Amino acid sequence: MKYVLMYTNRPDLDAAVPADRQAEVYQAIYGWFEKHGAVMTNMGAELQGPETATSVKSSPNGGEPVVVDGPFSEAKENVGGFSIIDVPDLDAAIAIVKEWPSLQLPGVAVEIRPIVDHSEM
Amino acid sequence: MCPEPVEGHRTDQPSAEDAALARIVRREAGLIVAQLQRRLGNFDIAEEAVQEAIVIALRTWRRDGIPVNPGGWLSLAARRRAIDLLRKRSREVPLADEWDADPTTSAMAAQRSGDERLPMLFGCCHPALSVEARLALTLRAVVGMTTQQIASAFLVPEATMAQRLVRAKRKITTAGIPFTIPAAADLAPRLDDVLTVIYLSYNAGYLEPSASGRELSDDAIWLAELVTRAMPDQAEAWGLLALLTFLSSRTQSRFDDQGRLVLLEDQDRDRWDEVAISRADGYLSTAAALGQPGRFQLQAAIAGCHANAKSWDETDWLQILTLYDLLLRFDSSPVIRLNHAIALNHLRGPEAALAEVDQVAARLSGYHLLHATRAQLLTALGDHAAARAANERALALTHNPAEQYLLRSRLMNGGE
Repeated sequence: MKYVLMYTNRPDLDAAVPADRQAEVYQAIYGWFEKHGAVMTNMGAELQGPETATSVKSSPNGGEPVVVDGPFSEAKENVGGFSIIDVPDLDAAIAIVKEWPSLQLPGVAVEIRPIVDHSEM
Repeated sequence: MCPEPVEGHRTDQPSAEDAALARIVRREAGLIVAQLQRRLGNFDIAEEAVQEAIVIALRTWRRDGIPVNPGGWLSLAARRRAIDLLRKRSREVPLADEWDADPTTSAMAAQRSGDERLPMLFGCCHPALSVEARLALTLRAVVGMTTQQIASAFLVPEATMAQRLVRAKRKITTAGIPFTIPAAADLAPRLDDVLTVIYLSYNAGYLEPSASGRELSDDAIWLAELVTRAMPDQAEAWGLLALLTFLSSRTQSRFDDQGRLVLLEDQDRDRWDEVAISRADGYLSTAAALGQPGRFQLQAAIAGCHANAKSWDETDWLQILTLYDLLLRFDSSPVIRLNHAIALNHLRGPEAALAEVDQVAARLSGYHLLHATRAQLLTALGDHAAARAANERALALTHNPAEQYLLRSRLMNGGE
């Protein structure tokens, strides 16, 4: 089964993590991608910060879409990147995600979302 | 008031026949779901087919009597329903036909893989599902309860329960939740999830005054037995079975003739089930010999202290307090701390106990037993006005008729 992994963090909590610790975790992330390369359908991407986001929202009165500054949601959590993996089941996905190095830092979460399989429709 | 879980009034007794039917269904249903699921690779259809077969069976057996081979009857009915369900999804018909032509494989595979209900139980209690969904799915797929029975036991409308089950089954399929016994590294936390669902089923059983509630407690013990049989090297599984067996040994004395709640200290200990107590002692010894301490074993040991005390006055509170100290290392939840405080009251008096109760008061403000306990301690300390207010708060928070009766009578007898 294919799953999207969404790596999320809390920018407000990241500030408290010392720079050398952040660098350490960042380094470990390379190792993690290397280790799990075989199941990576798509390594995905690391995203620039939420302050760089632009959202295009549907107009409430059915008019032209509206362009606004900022991410789509007001949540404290920020999607910092994503990958696509192909593994047998959810437990396999959970086992891989549990090793995600950033989970050693506060406020980090990885959302696992199955992808709609259009071949079965 | 000792916050021992309580049973409600037993009105609405099920007929002996209904109880017998439920036990027969329970023996077969989970096995048939597991076999169909593995055969079809589709939990949703397997589970739905067995559920429909159970509803038909209950109706038919009540009318015509129980067949000679009820398991075979249910299995055949479930297979027919599964084929119907598969035909409704045309692309899967070839699979159904192929499966129909080869009836021996599932039995052979069943022999190979041990109790197939275990992997299904782990799937139904998966942490990716909400706790409510885990409870409902386990009771339906593994125990073979009908949606109506589950809804009645949890006091929710049947449509709500049906919706909860549909969502949970959809998540299992869509998110790829596997039906496997977890690998050794993950087994302890995953087993704890399974045991928690069984424990919560038992709780739902004795808090619920209707007959379906009492059946639920019986089903929970049956589930705990199933786990210990399949995983005899897991100490916590034995711990849970011991705990539930100790609690069930007091079932007969928890209510008086008028259905009023009788507290542990006032119970007629001659009516406790000695056989159950000695069985529970045995389960706990089995657990202890495995050398893997855990929260269910410690709770069982505490229940065992009460069960083995000759009288309320001979209760070994020092032992109980020590066990609660150990338990807090595994489970530091406020409810455990409240119970710790109650044990402390018997050793060091109400002032020390009240100080500890007040530390968890904010987190348990919606829990009636917090207020009932405070009322008891405040009464002992002579603060009758505060005790009365606490009892009134407790009364407002409980929905259990037997507990309401007890609290009302306390308020009437001197107002505290």
